[in-house]
Amino acid sequence: MRKWTKTSEFYVAIIILVLFAAIGSQNGAFFSSANMFDLIRSSIVPGIFVICTMMVIISGGIDVSFPAIATFSMFSATKIILMLDFDVPVFAAFLLAGIIGLGLGLINGLLIAFFKLPTLIVTLGTSSMFSGFLLTFVGSRQISNLPAPLEQFGKTQVIKFTTDAGITVGLPMSVLITAAVVILVAIMMKYTMIGRGIYTLGGDPVSAERIGFNTRFLQCFVYGFVGFLAGIAGMIQTTMMRSSNPVDLLGTELLIIAAVVLGGVRITGGHGTVTGALLGLLLIVTIQNSLILVGIPSYWQRFVIGALILIGTGVAAYQIKRSSAKQSSILT
Amino acid sequence: MTNQAAKRTGPDASYDDPSFSLKRWLSSDGNLTRLFVIMVVVFVTMTVLSPRTFLTLDSFSSMAFQFPVLGILSLAMMLTMVSGGIDLSIVGIANLTSILAAMVMVRLVPEGASAGTSFMYMLLGIVCAIIAGVLCGLLNGFAVAKIGIPPILVTLGSMQLFMGLAIVITKGQAIVGLPEQFSSIGNGSHIGIPVPLIIFALCVAAVYVLLNRRPYGMKLQLLGSNPTASRYGGINNTVVLLKTYALSGLLASIAGLVMIALTNSAKADYGTSYILQAILVVVLGGVNPNGGFGKIAGVVMAVLTLQFLSSGLNALHVGNFFKDFIWGIVLILVMVINAVSPRLKWKRRAAGSSKTSS
Repeated sequence: MRKWTKTSEFYVAIIILVLFAAIGSQNGAFFSSANMFDLIRSSIVPGIFVICTMMVIISGGIDVSFPAIATFSMFSATKIILMLDFDVPVFAAFLLAGIIGLGLGLINGLLIAFFKLPTLIVTLGTSSMFSGFLLTFVGSRQISNLPAPLEQFGKTQVIKFTTDAGITVGLPMSVLITAAVVILVAIMMKYTMIGRGIYTLGGDPVSAERIGFNTRFLQCFVYGFVGFLAGIAGMIQTTMMRSSNPVDLLGTELLIIAAVVLGGVRITGGHGTVTGALLGLLLIVTIQNSLILVGIPSYWQRFVIGALILIGTGVAAYQIKRSSAKQSSILT
Repeated sequence: MTNQAAKRTGPDASYDDPSFSLKRWLSSDGNLTRLFVIMVVVFVTMTVLSPRTFLTLDSFSSMAFQFPVLGILSLAMMLTMVSGGIDLSIVGIANLTSILAAMVMVRLVPEGASAGTSFMYMLLGIVCAIIAGVLCGLLNGFAVAKIGIPPILVTLGSMQLFMGLAIVITKGQAIVGLPEQFSSIGNGSHIGIPVPLIIFALCVAAVYVLLNRRPYGMKLQLLGSNPTASRYGGINNTVVLLKTYALSGLLASIAGLVMIALTNSAKADYGTSYILQAILVVVLGGVNPNGGFGKIAGVVMAVLTLQFLSSGLNALHVGNFFKDFIWGIVLILVMVINAVSPRLKWKRRAAGSSKTSS
């Protein structure tokens, strides 16, 4: 039995607490509600992305195309809605972006499941393909006149209050979508056959096939579902920015993967939790947003994140090595 | 990634036969033939589409200056991919080391130094860059071989680390004003051949010798196809991996030097699109992404093909985004063909002969 103190989530949580304490002791503004809300707000879109990446990595693959899918879906969905020229409900806009994302994700899934191609290279290729297609044939100029319902949705706040200092802080509606996605995926991964199948597939594809999982279906499902979620996340980005920018999200993929891996999701597949992935994201977002509060210039961000990835994965790899050495010494 | 069933082509029939036969070479390696055909087709298509701009001496000489950087980076990527890993940090290493070199050349040189002194500083800069490249590579290799972190994660992290370090050193600014002698490496020609092309050719020759004429190459390929078997076969996997990543870092630093000589400035985020392109070149060149197999001729042809395609599209005044689109399609298409053709061959063979071939 693994004690909870031995899980990687526990270590990440401790690192985050230490970081919070360190930043908070240097600058009291860190613990202000304005800053905390800021942290949550900047995790809304990446929150969905880490969930996507977590699922893919647990299934034994890796996906670097989700920013391209998100951008593609949000931009073309916005364009289609503008072309239709009547006020479609917000729900329909999200659904449209999701369906476009689903289609693109299925392209990944089919290539991976039926040709058994390495996931990194397929998604690198499709990522370049999708963003190239978008910027060449759909458009490369930012759309700032969003349809009215989307504009309205972006302005609606869930919680809103004014602090003592007179700053109004609030969270947009979309935080609810992210929360719903997180809970849905957490339940799916833990309690449904599909979720367990994804873990099995990542742990050992041959065993998964032998115990009767349809591995091709599972892979298509993972990449399709991730595409769908990426489309939704893209639409959230549009409503939050109140504009649809076709180059907005590109280039975020490596940081998201870093967050997921820091959260204890094993890159070789089969291990990982939603909690861990979210903790990893919190760590990265805190570093991105708050290093500046303790007087570390923002150009140190990349360096710190790179060092964290190496140290974090190094510790995890070292632990695995040691535990497997222990096991083999018992056996022989 | 690692747990996807690796589809390998059968053992190469011509492998242990020293005598060379073109027919056997072509038939034994369908990929090289296919690649050659693709290269010729691309070349001819581009010539037909824009004969005035594509098929000129100017366009060829500009190509000869353009592709060596990508070519050298692809060699680095190829070595790590043959070992069963990947190196995403090559561009990070190239930028970091070239910034070090540029700082030595620009900032350390005393005011009003004579040509001889500034030449010495130039050499010092080059040596510094190459040593730094090897050290960066060794860091990757150490993390992969000793600690046991998957290569993709190591190099993902070290890419951020190196690029971050470069940003920290330069505070995000570009370093400009390299000595003239140095930029002549990037823009000059030696007996009519552009210097970057000569450097690329030397790198190709060195990697060829290492892969095909030295024990290291054999060890690397064995390690890439089956690390457990190679360990039981008496190969020191750790040393081979360390060497591989160090070499990759070395090649990356050379590419970085060529890059800053071409542009006459160094910056932390130059050439980030080269990572994807290097992977594309290597995979297009027939290197098995799961490790163990790769031919340098394939990589060279792939890099030429891409350059023809790129210059040809430029001549047609096609935007960069469209090129990204084409890169993606080509990469996927090549992967699909490479995955399907051994299976077809296998089926044909099974149908053609009554006795099983295994």
